[in-house]
Amino acid sequence: MSDISYKVIVGLEIHVQLCTKTKMFCSCALGFGEEANSRVCPVCLGMPGSLPVMNGQAVEYSMLAAMALNCEVAPFTKWDRKSYYYPDLPKNYQISQYDLPLGSNGYIEIPLGNGQTKRIRIIRAHLEEDAGKNLHTAGNYSQVDLNRAGTPLLEIVTEPDINSAEEVRALAVELQRIMRYLGVSEGDMQKGHMRFEPNINLAITRPDGEFKTPIVEVKNLNSFRALERSVAYEIERQLDEFLETGRTLEMGNKSTRGWNDDDQVTVLQREKEEAHDYRYFPDPDLVPVTTTPEGLQQIRAQLCELPLLRQRRYVAEYGLSDYDAGVLTAERSTADFFEQTVTAGGDPKRICNLLTQVGLKLANERGGDLPSLGIEPGAVADLAKMTDAGTISATAASTILEAMVETGKAPDILADELNLVQKSDAGELEGIVDQILAENPQVVEQIKSGDKKSKKAMGFLLGQVMQRTKGQANPKVVSEILARKFN
Amino acid sequence: MCTSFGATTCGSRILENFCAPYDATAIRKLLDADAVLIGKTNMDEFAMGSSTENSGLKQTVNPWAPDRVPGGSSGGSAAAVAARLCPVSLGSDTGGSIRQPASFCGVVGLKPTYGRVSRYGLVAYGSSLDQIGPFGRTVADAALMMNVIAGHDPSDSTSVDETVAPVPDYLAGIDEPVEGLRLGVVSAFNAGSEASVQVALNVAIDVYRQAGAEIVEIDLPHFDYAIAAYYVIATAEASSNLARYDGVHYGHRTANPADYIQVYSRSREEALGQEVKRRIMLGTYALSSGYCDAYYLKALKVRNLIRSDLVRAFEQCDAIVMPVAPTTAFKIGEKTDDPLQMYLSDIYTISANLAGIPGISVPCGLDEDHLPIGLQVLAPAFSEAKLLRIARMFEAATDWHRKKPALVE
Repeated sequence: MSDISYKVIVGLEIHVQLCTKTKMFCSCALGFGEEANSRVCPVCLGMPGSLPVMNGQAVEYSMLAAMALNCEVAPFTKWDRKSYYYPDLPKNYQISQYDLPLGSNGYIEIPLGNGQTKRIRIIRAHLEEDAGKNLHTAGNYSQVDLNRAGTPLLEIVTEPDINSAEEVRALAVELQRIMRYLGVSEGDMQKGHMRFEPNINLAITRPDGEFKTPIVEVKNLNSFRALERSVAYEIERQLDEFLETGRTLEMGNKSTRGWNDDDQVTVLQREKEEAHDYRYFPDPDLVPVTTTPEGLQQIRAQLCELPLLRQRRYVAEYGLSDYDAGVLTAERSTADFFEQTVTAGGDPKRICNLLTQVGLKLANERGGDLPSLGIEPGAVADLAKMTDAGTISATAASTILEAMVETGKAPDILADELNLVQKSDAGELEGIVDQILAENPQVVEQIKSGDKKSKKAMGFLLGQVMQRTKGQANPKVVSEILARKFN
Repeated sequence: MCTSFGATTCGSRILENFCAPYDATAIRKLLDADAVLIGKTNMDEFAMGSSTENSGLKQTVNPWAPDRVPGGSSGGSAAAVAARLCPVSLGSDTGGSIRQPASFCGVVGLKPTYGRVSRYGLVAYGSSLDQIGPFGRTVADAALMMNVIAGHDPSDSTSVDETVAPVPDYLAGIDEPVEGLRLGVVSAFNAGSEASVQVALNVAIDVYRQAGAEIVEIDLPHFDYAIAAYYVIATAEASSNLARYDGVHYGHRTANPADYIQVYSRSREEALGQEVKRRIMLGTYALSSGYCDAYYLKALKVRNLIRSDLVRAFEQCDAIVMPVAPTTAFKIGEKTDDPLQMYLSDIYTISANLAGIPGISVPCGLDEDHLPIGLQVLAPAFSEAKLLRIARMFEAATDWHRKKPALVE
């Protein structure tokens, strides 16, 4: 095993469901979880004589997404029919884009967790309509639900530039973050808003040569975790298979495997990829999409600061850690709230801690985002300022933030009500310190003798003062008094 | 054409019991104009045919001679007007399916410019060629119908914006002859037709000459390739358009299928006719990987050449006259075993569909068997108003449109 090394090669095919009001080619509302076949019309049912009419919003969203992915956006594109027979595809062709995708030659920068990033090239991004869903719950026949049929999907295809399961996950998370920032997709993987299909193989180097394992496409990945684990599993499986059978890319066809989340394994679905002939040709029912330079400019103007840039800026501008900056920029609403709070005053790091450690926790518990907590950025800024001024302790600030969410009251009022205002009065605290010193002569001796445990002993005394004051003493002031006593 | 009442079968057993939940835009417009719809007529299955013999449901005969075909594919609509069952009717024209049956049945039939009448609700055959149009006893009848059905429809992306091509009043000024009319003719075409058709065309040209028209000899160099291009493009589109008739969602479904593949194969095998299957096969082949360049893409190039030929021709003339079909109505069964012969009956009409321009058929004679002959007039895109006036000039100078089949005398 020591004389063998390998490189993981992964390319992704991604489908992103756009959050337009209506479907791609008709005026049915998008839906999830509604009664089967309740969101359909003659067009998305593919009824005879019905005709598609393009959803301009979907095209704009897609162009915006393509721009954010650094793609060249085609000023002229068109619609093509992709033919295949399947019961969930009412027309037995899918309206898609073949030789003139809306976006091409782009890239996405993915964060690798250590402040480093990696660039993954994007081959193309094109818009198409989704199919319905076949349901196999009725017994000896299947049913078709066409609510999803006609939903706008942005298909993104990357180059095989991804080299580990962690990178696959990083790309997926980053893409979700970008799509949500742009407001073009809800990006919920459980709801199928983002579907990732990794194509995985290994380039193996051995003393007797270089070998590539057959490419495997993995489907049925409904979470970031499943995505990452399936790739990790495939790496191990392909390595084992190669060592056992010696099968290489040249010897086997591409196969499709499904992820079984219960057993955490991939299961073979199709060994030999059928030679599909989709018989693409331009859809005569639709007219080509021409966008003027001004039109493209207008769409580009809607591009916001993208999450990764924002994350880097937080590190550079506010001195936050890459990790904290990542947490704050995970959702646009969080980042916006953070910046509004910083603008209202207060130390960015302090605000970051309050928002990431308390605010987001509460928001998650309530199933909403930060703004949905109903607190004002200004009030959070006030809270941060009180903490910085030593009026309250950091622990008290967390308690007060929780109370702010519960009651909607201002932080200074809550600090009073909850008796959390710190005792910073040196005179008052000095009396308490003297009491504690009198009660603990051995400890005092220990410190005075310059024992190596004296630091720990000082901590003990501080703790005693805090206990005596029920946590309300300003520890900074107490420490100063203690230091003075032993100087 | 889909109607929210009655069945919409397209002459196919696969849609024998299909009831559309909506009206085609053309139907909706007629209803809004207080039209009384008295029935739906027979046609070649999915508009594929030139004699209405390919209907999977019914037989239609020519009112002028019951042993003859009415033409097709909209043969039922033409026959209904000829038999005086109704004053006007609608048909659809993909390669001549309004003009040829109009010619065979001695009525007026107009194929409008592609994009002038909404295709919404018209069950698609060749989507880039299909166009709905009217049949009537006179040119004015057709104009009247156009006043109702023409115009942009937001439900049909290929229907043309009225700010780009405004919809005129087609009836206004219809009796005014076109001053300084220049009519294009291609002398070489005449040779391909029956003697009676040649004679009628020459007489018709004389009628125009006497009305003051200048006859201009024009050249359409790629005309001979039209049928080949048409049968690639139309069948390619049809193979895709008809893929939805699979027994899964509506229409005929085979009994006791073993799996979903059998739902497809057996439902289609059982309920689609020979000609429809032939065209689906042709079109599927034309679009297949490895053949697409040689057939489909080549046919699109030919289509462009034919379109350019016509654009160039219209620089020299206002309209072009030629036969509608090389023959008059042929006998039932005469060509059913020879699809190529049947395809050739569209030789004069197909170019208008490939180029998207309007064309009209007006009665211009009767042959020795007392069968009607049609005169075809073609005009540039969106010039239907002028085309109708030119057709009316001929009609006003002759009384062929007053001839009726013996059946209704």
